[in-house]
Amino acid sequence: MDMQTSFGGLTLKNPVMTASGTFGFGLEFAPYGDLKRLGGLVAKGLSLKPREGNPMPRLAETPCGMLNAIGIQNPGVEHFVRTVLPSLPWKDVAVVANLYACDAEEFGELAGVLAGEEGIAALEVNVSCPNVKEGGIAFGQDPKQIGRVTEAVKRNAGGKHVMVKLSPNVTDITVCARAAAEGGADSLSLINTLSGMAVDIRRRRPRLANVIGGLSGPAIKPVALRCVHQVVQSVDIPVVGIGGIASAEDALEFLLVGAHAVQVGTANFLRPDFSFGLADDMAALLEEIGAESLEAFRGSLQMEF
Amino acid sequence: MSLRNCRNVKVLDVVPVGQSKRPGEFFEIKLEYPDWDGWKPGQFVMIRPVSWDLEIVWGRPFSISSVGDGSLTLFIQKVGRGTSRLAQLKPGDEVAIWGPLGNGFAVEPERPTLLLAGGIGIAPFRGYVENHAGPENLKLFLAHRVPLECYPYDSLSRTVECESMMERTPEDLQRIIARLHELVAEYAERDGLILCCGPTPFMRTVQSAAAEAGTRAQLSLENRMGCGVGACLGCVTKDGSGHNVQVCTRGPVFWSDNVEL
Repeated sequence: MDMQTSFGGLTLKNPVMTASGTFGFGLEFAPYGDLKRLGGLVAKGLSLKPREGNPMPRLAETPCGMLNAIGIQNPGVEHFVRTVLPSLPWKDVAVVANLYACDAEEFGELAGVLAGEEGIAALEVNVSCPNVKEGGIAFGQDPKQIGRVTEAVKRNAGGKHVMVKLSPNVTDITVCARAAAEGGADSLSLINTLSGMAVDIRRRRPRLANVIGGLSGPAIKPVALRCVHQVVQSVDIPVVGIGGIASAEDALEFLLVGAHAVQVGTANFLRPDFSFGLADDMAALLEEIGAESLEAFRGSLQMEF
Repeated sequence: MSLRNCRNVKVLDVVPVGQSKRPGEFFEIKLEYPDWDGWKPGQFVMIRPVSWDLEIVWGRPFSISSVGDGSLTLFIQKVGRGTSRLAQLKPGDEVAIWGPLGNGFAVEPERPTLLLAGGIGIAPFRGYVENHAGPENLKLFLAHRVPLECYPYDSLSRTVECESMMERTPEDLQRIIARLHELVAEYAERDGLILCCGPTPFMRTVQSAAAEAGTRAQLSLENRMGCGVGACLGCVTKDGSGHNVQVCTRGPVFWSDNVEL
């Protein structure tokens, strides 16, 4: 079955992307499979300057999930462009840069650095920085800020596809989706992690040095699926589904509610070769359940019982 | 192409080792050798049984304790839900394994080499001893809190010089610290190689003893890991210049003067 998917001017050979922060810069996983088998690869979050991230411990395991508070540790965008990007198979797999900044100007500047880079297929905008100027509210929770940041990135992106990654930690995710769409986003990816916490009763301490972290993994899939379903109904731009995908069936659930592609995150930790075979498994499962094509299956959820 | 890969192998055996107050606390898992071309003592693997399904997310990292006769052995202490579930594995169960990971210990067969183990930190030294070209140059020191029979100590003592001290009281701890300082100073004097694996306070003692003696030592860190391949950034530690480095790919073995504990 032809698994190619195109949306917003972006063409992926299959709908499987790896999610930012769970796949390094991709090269870490090269010993475990052929990166070219992926539809897209979203690199770990990049900031203008290098960041050391949060103190340890940064990870805690939870039933069917995990909490992380890495804090966007990265060597900075210049390092990525100069030393990592040339080693990635960007001619064969869509390399997406995930951008992290704390105001619209800085987001625009980051987009400008990457605008002329041939190896970058798209920019994914991470809007979860707590904005100190606005009183500590994360960008991702403020529709006005989402709109401003999206506009700034789009203006400086040199025509590249701009994908805005939405947070589920809001009352109504469709309001944020509309703000990004109005700001000029070419697509939306959702969901980012759910805000969570874990404590140790013996040590009487939080399990993360940052106290609060982002919950990901199979535990969040129902929330992610709900969010994708709601957003697909409320905006006209394409959606990429993220959240707890750990099997071909999980991935197809997101396509069924209307996602054009999926991103695999925590499942890359279940085993490092997980993402490489997923598109083939999806194709086989689509045939098994009698779908005519990927295109015909996408968004074909029947609401009558 | 790198040696590292991921594949499913069968459990050959699960064997309890010794008897501590907690039944089945120490055990060895013997796995089918995953057809790797080579490995270095001090390297580790990530394993994740298929039976975990989605409930337990991460694989678990373990030093390679021994390789031989088509099998790979891991020496494990039950401490949490992952290791407790591993202790329940049966022969024939399937386990995903990826590795060999990390850098391994320095090997200098002609040099007097001191192996300092704190408890379960003895695990990588079994493989180190079994593969060393000059066992007469090796000495193992084990500091432990549970009976000696819980560790692969007897088998090692048949090959290399061994010494152990048990910690039952705060006074014992002081004696262990003093002995570590003595041993490190002695091997520094002999221009020896010092290798250490154990709990962080144990390694801090060795680190400060090495600094005091003006000699380098290698420390093998046991940080919690999500992926084992350098991607999740959950196992980082500070290197000598104060930057975060991944323990899984830049370690687990670090020179003592190039890591913050």
